Amino acid sequence: MTETVKLHAFQAINAALHEAMAADPKVIVFGEDIADREGGGVTGATIGLSTKFGDKRVKSTPISEQAIVGAAIGAALAGYKPVAEIMLMNFTTVCMDMIFNHAAKLRFMSGGQSTVPITIRTLTGAGWQTAGQHADHLEGWFAHAAGIKVVAPSNPAEYKGLLLSCIQDPDPCIIIESAGTLFIPQDVPVDQGPIPLGVARVVQEGTDVTIVSWSSMVVRSLQALPILAEKGISVELVDLRTVSPWDRETVLASVARTGRCVVVHEAVRSFGPGGEIAATVSEELFGTLKAPVRRLGAPYSPVPFAKVLEDAFLVSVDQIVAAVTEVAEQG
Amino acid sequence: MADHSNSPAPSSETLVDIYRRMIRIERNDDTIRTAIRRGKLIMPYYSARGQEVIPSAISTLLTDDDTICTIYRGIHDMVAKGMPLRPLWAEIAGRVDGTCKGKGGPMHLTHPETGVMVTTGIVGSSMPIANGLAWAAQLDDSKRVSIAYFGDGASNIGAFHESLNLASLWKLPVVFVCQNNGFAEHTRYENGTSVDFIAKRAIGYGMPGYTVDGNDPWAMYAAACQAIDRARDGEGPTLLECKTFRFHGHVLGDDDKYMTKEEKAAAIADDPLPKFRARLIAEGHATEEQLTGMQEEIQTEVDDAMAFGLASEPPSVDELRRDVFEREIAA
Repeated sequence: MTETVKLHAFQAINAALHEAMAADPKVIVFGEDIADREGGGVTGATIGLSTKFGDKRVKSTPISEQAIVGAAIGAALAGYKPVAEIMLMNFTTVCMDMIFNHAAKLRFMSGGQSTVPITIRTLTGAGWQTAGQHADHLEGWFAHAAGIKVVAPSNPAEYKGLLLSCIQDPDPCIIIESAGTLFIPQDVPVDQGPIPLGVARVVQEGTDVTIVSWSSMVVRSLQALPILAEKGISVELVDLRTVSPWDRETVLASVARTGRCVVVHEAVRSFGPGGEIAATVSEELFGTLKAPVRRLGAPYSPVPFAKVLEDAFLVSVDQIVAAVTEVAEQG
Repeated sequence: MADHSNSPAPSSETLVDIYRRMIRIERNDDTIRTAIRRGKLIMPYYSARGQEVIPSAISTLLTDDDTICTIYRGIHDMVAKGMPLRPLWAEIAGRVDGTCKGKGGPMHLTHPETGVMVTTGIVGSSMPIANGLAWAAQLDDSKRVSIAYFGDGASNIGAFHESLNLASLWKLPVVFVCQNNGFAEHTRYENGTSVDFIAKRAIGYGMPGYTVDGNDPWAMYAAACQAIDRARDGEGPTLLECKTFRFHGHVLGDDDKYMTKEEKAAAIADDPLPKFRARLIAEGHATEEQLTGMQEEIQTEVDDAMAFGLASEPPSVDELRRDVFEREIAA
């Protein structure tokens, strides 16, 4: 039997960082407050790293996101594998130039001479009443930037395995740590290794409806599964894991079998990444679909503060159950 | 103006080396402008004619291992650094033999073998990345230095301030070289910048800052020696503000209506190239014949590079799928 250890997401991330730094002296970790002198990061994800690997390879930075991502890019151009923490995903908006114009494009613009194997870890997600500037799911922004991989794990083992892959990957990666996934402890195999990027995970097999989801909405979809099972609806739940480049093959193969698809994400629905997936499924499988592809996402609104509003902002288990039920009844 | 009296006076050999780089820049620039006017090249061109001294003096103190990050008005920086002209010309012509296979063009020329790491089209963005290259040099315990070239306008963007702060805090081996040509695009220096000397801003970040006559090879060499020595010795960054003038406006073809004819005529009358040439001969550093021979030799090199570049084939459209990621995107 595989030996396991009970970890929540930040502990799994911490384990991945420790392993990656021990395995490769080129891995360096930095960001605001991340060294032990500053408490090992606001989430504790980087606790112990500076003590163990020294303050040259593990550095707290000023609150200077452009400088952080720029330093990551430059160090990567010189052969390092930087893991930069941008404390919150909304703070990526103040360093989008470094991410979008430089990290994502330098390989292409240099004709393959420059490689930028950086990993950006970033926290977000509604649920903690952090309101309009601390909780946005911006994976669609980054998925639209050719040249950067967008990773959105849904549980502790996945965080560990996907982060290990991001660090080793030859291309820039942004990995999203979302509120709704974070404090749910799970037995993680002690030897949990890298999980390949761009490969989805079929969480549960089923025959009636495919749910395509990632990050926090995998957690909500899992809560919907027993309710849907009671209704006699057999659901195939696909955790996309990597939003870009996404695993079209797994999704299309699943929907080809079920004939029905519901995409569920935390990001705002309008112009959200679900639109790309729904459109692709519709284009590729139009003749075999038994129902129109449905998308569930946040309303077209900034993330609100008041609990009642925040609850309404997030896609609920009830909404997932209702959408899947409605789709299952068609065709 | 700075006192660099501790810096060694340049030898005749160094002075001729500076001049050789300047002529190579000037002949290359002139040939590019002619090729554009004749319709042989179609590209936006930000000529640095008039700014030759700055990177030429600096580059005599650098090796191929030292790196530069420069900007859209940066071909002079690359040529001074030693970038070969054949792939440069193929790149600005958008051809497959270009440094970037024709995928980057004049604004993203890259040539890591000669230390030309990043060319950015975004004002200010050379600096955060130059910091990362400097950080890598520090982590490697090497004596490499990282040069960040930028213009006066870039000292008003956030990336400048974040970068100077971080570089000073981490004592990075970087030299921030502001080529102050008196105009930020079309806006006169004093209408966009709150201080009379950009070098003063260094004080706010705890690093030395000097205003240098960027058209005086002796002054530039002395200032560059001091800044580069300081970086190599692990003492941290320096801000050099190098005063100069651009002869061909912001972008080739602009009408210069934001400056007076007299001002431009005076600057061109004060062209650093003939002045330097006359002084080299008068002070016995070189002979007229030697410099004339050098110029002819360089013109031959430039003409050959142009012929090579224009004869090169355009890239295959398959290149759109390459270098986005390390692995080619499926067709």
